[in-house]
Amino acid sequence: MKYALFTGCVAKGAGRELMASTIYAAERLGIQLVEMKDATCCGAGVIQEDNPLLADALNARTFALAEEQGLDIMTICGTCQGVMRTAQVKMDDPKYRDKVNSELKKDTGRTYAGKTKVKHFYQIIHEEYGLNNLALRVTRNLKGLKVAPFYGCYVLRPHEYSDTKVPDRPDYLEKMIGAVGATPIDYPEKQKCCGFPILMTNKVNSLQLSGNAVIGALEAGADCIVTPCPLCHLNMDSYQPEIESMLGRRIGLPILHYPQLVALALGASLDDMKLNTHIVRPNKAMESLIKKD
Amino acid sequence: MAVKFIVSRYNSETDAKPYFQEFSLDIPKGATLLDCMNLIEWQQDGTLTFRMSCRSAICGSCALRVNGHARLACKTQAVDVVYEGAVKIEPIGNMNVIKDLAVDLEPFWESLEKVSPWLMPDESIKYEKERLQSHEDQLKIDHASTCILCASCYSDCNVLNVDPKFLGPATLAKAQRFVFDSRDAETEARLDYLSKLHGMWDCTHCAECSTRCPTDAKPLSRIKELRTAAMSRGFTNNNGARHVLGFRESVGGFKGFGGGGMLNENYIPIRSVGFFNLDGIFSLLPVGFRMFIRRKNPPLIPHIIEKIGEVRKMFRRFDEYRKESK
Repeated sequence: MKYALFTGCVAKGAGRELMASTIYAAERLGIQLVEMKDATCCGAGVIQEDNPLLADALNARTFALAEEQGLDIMTICGTCQGVMRTAQVKMDDPKYRDKVNSELKKDTGRTYAGKTKVKHFYQIIHEEYGLNNLALRVTRNLKGLKVAPFYGCYVLRPHEYSDTKVPDRPDYLEKMIGAVGATPIDYPEKQKCCGFPILMTNKVNSLQLSGNAVIGALEAGADCIVTPCPLCHLNMDSYQPEIESMLGRRIGLPILHYPQLVALALGASLDDMKLNTHIVRPNKAMESLIKKD
Repeated sequence: MAVKFIVSRYNSETDAKPYFQEFSLDIPKGATLLDCMNLIEWQQDGTLTFRMSCRSAICGSCALRVNGHARLACKTQAVDVVYEGAVKIEPIGNMNVIKDLAVDLEPFWESLEKVSPWLMPDESIKYEKERLQSHEDQLKIDHASTCILCASCYSDCNVLNVDPKFLGPATLAKAQRFVFDSRDAETEARLDYLSKLHGMWDCTHCAECSTRCPTDAKPLSRIKELRTAAMSRGFTNNNGARHVLGFRESVGGFKGFGGGGMLNENYIPIRSVGFFNLDGIFSLLPVGFRMFIRRKNPPLIPHIIEKIGEVRKMFRRFDEYRKESK
């Protein structure tokens, strides 16, 4: 299995632990990754608001780069995944794709043929790699670890742009959690919004949304949360101290990136996953698992 | 086969809190969820309260939460929402329940009124007959015009769940319908109002609204169109618009200079709150400091992609387009 790795901006910036754990997990699973060092930001739905055509042209450029490599794209960010799939669905209309390509060609000489597929790491594990294969490679028993899944909006909605099967009742994360030996925890907020996109416009609302999710998971008995979106991670981890002050209660719930939980099950050390860079440090439940080895 | 209907019951005059009651019903072939609700009311419990009228997905009365998500009962085939032999029915969210499945829609109507949902044309222009539109202009408001005010989007909006002052998706879709109306003369005033706190920039893009919308109104798409219109007309003196500019500038550069192809995560927060907003910048310090201590801070020298020239060229040319269109 070989993919063009679209890192997204966060894995190169405030979420470098996501990059480290992705590389660790992919190597041990035998998934070959070729980093797309020349790809741009996907626009995160934000550049799209300034200029939708320019944003689609930026993503078409990324798809064209993968086509030149002859590879499908693997994303590791839920927001990138949703935004890039949206661009692709729009460009499935040949007329619109021609329009975007005519713009793209003027500056880059590239065109997007509509062939490359874009999938998040979590979809690849679920649909292509196989959960049974993943379970066979688990070297650290995560039995007893209670993990709350948090999907993030972009991989689920709007449904017409989502590749997630039955997006109102997704089970991708729960099944992965089960496959690595941990216990999935159900709670009402698992498909809700983390609020990150409005962190700069309405911080109170943003942190209240994250707070609801983190408290929901905590009260359902979770030892940690796992999410395929590093933006959800940023709001729930980096801002957890603010959430605690706002809600007036101690939370201390670690937030893991999807590849970090996979890497944990494959035997990664704290350093391999760069877990010590998180604002919320691993709690006793996680530490005891790592120390057992 | 008998299906279990788990229905939320509540009487605001007698019950302390809502509770669930189970009804068993054989779903007749081709029955909608509304047909089933009627059968339960007629045959099993005449006190069950819910709203309905047209049965044709036009009036917007029968929105309910089905298995946790808002939808029109009359537009839903009952068998499609049965999961493990049961279907869970609750009132739509973000509003107070009056009785069983009927909610107090007053906050929804109040929100709509805030955006003056009527045409405000230039009265000095005299028309012989009607104020006509070209087909092209009509298409710009066609989607939002299909809204049936069922409040499904209002029910499932994540932001309204934490902030009742947020204008909400249906109201913003209605605002788009008038901002983009070629006959309306208050476009600037409308965009100015919508750019304020609790307005269009408070939407998180969670897309619940568009996902639950039973028509082609799709509020999230309308909100994005409003934001694009506000940006192009220069309504940029707010955090939401500055955030967009920060993205543009860090990816594609400013007036043809700089830009690394990727986000500069140190620049965007400062650009969003405003370079001269000392309170805003001060509010960023705690998280910045925490991340720095944990070595989680974004690199001080931002990442630049290899063939950045191509990308800067794209941004420069699109800027030229913008100047020409102005």
